[in-house]
Amino acid sequence: MRRWLLPTLFLAGLIAVWQIAATTGVIADALNLEPYLVPSPSEVATSLWDSRSLLAENAWVTLQEMLFGLCIGLIVGVSFAVAMHLSSGVREATYPLLVISQTIPIVVIAPILVLWLGYGIWPKLVVVALICFFPVAVNTLDGLRSVDRETTKMMRTLDASRGQILWRVEAPGALPYFFSGARIAATIAPIGAVFGEWVGADSGLGHLILQDNAQLETARVFAATAVLSAIALSLFGLLALAERRIVTWR
Amino acid sequence: MRQDTKMPTEAKEFAIGNASPAFGDLAHPGAAVSIRGLRHFYGSLETIEGFDMECPPHRVLGLVGPSGCGKTTLLETICGLQEPAAGNVEVGGALDPRGRLARCAFMPQRDMLLPWLSALDNSALALRNRGTGRKKARKEAGQLFERFGLAGFERALPAELSGGMRQRVAFLRTLVSGKPVLALDEPFASLDAITRSEMQAWLAGALATDPRTVLLVTHDVEEALYLSDEVAVLSARPLRVVDKMSAPTPRAPDRDAAVTDPSFVAVRERATTSLRGAAG
Repeated sequence: MRRWLLPTLFLAGLIAVWQIAATTGVIADALNLEPYLVPSPSEVATSLWDSRSLLAENAWVTLQEMLFGLCIGLIVGVSFAVAMHLSSGVREATYPLLVISQTIPIVVIAPILVLWLGYGIWPKLVVVALICFFPVAVNTLDGLRSVDRETTKMMRTLDASRGQILWRVEAPGALPYFFSGARIAATIAPIGAVFGEWVGADSGLGHLILQDNAQLETARVFAATAVLSAIALSLFGLLALAERRIVTWR
Repeated sequence: MRQDTKMPTEAKEFAIGNASPAFGDLAHPGAAVSIRGLRHFYGSLETIEGFDMECPPHRVLGLVGPSGCGKTTLLETICGLQEPAAGNVEVGGALDPRGRLARCAFMPQRDMLLPWLSALDNSALALRNRGTGRKKARKEAGQLFERFGLAGFERALPAELSGGMRQRVAFLRTLVSGKPVLALDEPFASLDAITRSEMQAWLAGALATDPRTVLLVTHDVEEALYLSDEVAVLSARPLRVVDKMSAPTPRAPDRDAAVTDPSFVAVRERATTSLRGAAG
């Protein structure tokens, strides 16, 4: 109860302060802006309701990009972690490349991906997967390596093969680490999706935000952002729920 | 950790050592352990230089020595988890590490139970590793739960068990592996004094019904003398046997009477003096 009540109250408080600041024109005055550029929460809510079908349509596109991109990122991340764990050669060869892959700005990669893969969902999936796989790979690898060496020895005298040690000891031990990485991935997935859409798309929340920004539809920019956050929050919540159901021994 | 209030009666049950073939399905012909001229280096430091040791089949050999004298290295080498720099290590006729690994079950200091597996699944690990189906492995290991005083705790996770119970699950896991040689590395060091003496009596009972070749590493002289047939006092750097003695009443049913017997006390005094000398 408390877990939900506190953040809800805090959020409600923030919205109330913003509502007062926006309707009295304090923010607009301070920033020397036209009042319509600083929408109040009630205006955002109105926009959210009035544009509900438009927002839902675009949210569906972005949700797919985030969900599938995240799934690809999780699979690729875990695969890298396992390969790097099993072979020190693979680990040494690929670790620097993994880090480099994260230093290249998405705004640089995204246009090239659009050139190569077109305007459809694929370049967005690649961008989302590219930023999501990294925290998963790094965390899962740490998890796999966190297993006590004594446990490994004990398993070896109980006739365990390398694969059995991986499956029965290292993989379960790495699960909490994997979930930490996956939760980080879920929160950064919308960034990837929106960047992917900004470079070239004809639908999606990122596309809508870009258009509305240009048309000074600030209320709907906030509304679309709220929807985007809600999606990320749901993904985060789903992962936390999955972790609670799976990692029962902690 | 839950308090083990039921332990004393259970421990006595085992200490009686009834003649029923409790572990008939796991009984083993037995294997001798023999070490000749073992040498081991830690970096460039020679920690074991020319170590010899013998343990006949179905006997319990206690190894006491100061901390850091290389007892764990010795056990791991016997089990085939490490290869010696020089010397022969023979377990049940096998000289290669793979063969030794197949004949030894290692029980580390901490229980090392896998927290995500139930007590039953933890104890059945060796069977599962050998390809036995989950159902069959559970059934086989489950048969022993009652004799180990663990009945009713089959499905409990390790976190729900007391220290003594965890140690018994760990020992059950070691025994279910069916290996002729058990390498126990300070198996009761993490337990409080009362639980430890209860566990010693319990292990004595378990070994009476199911004899194995046991190498018991400990720094508790009384524990070694009560549980072993023979005790070797080891010195540190280089690892060497400085004194050797036969236990007066190995695994006597009444532990408290056994350890207070004058003959026991005399041998314990001698072992303690040797150990003090070994620690330097």
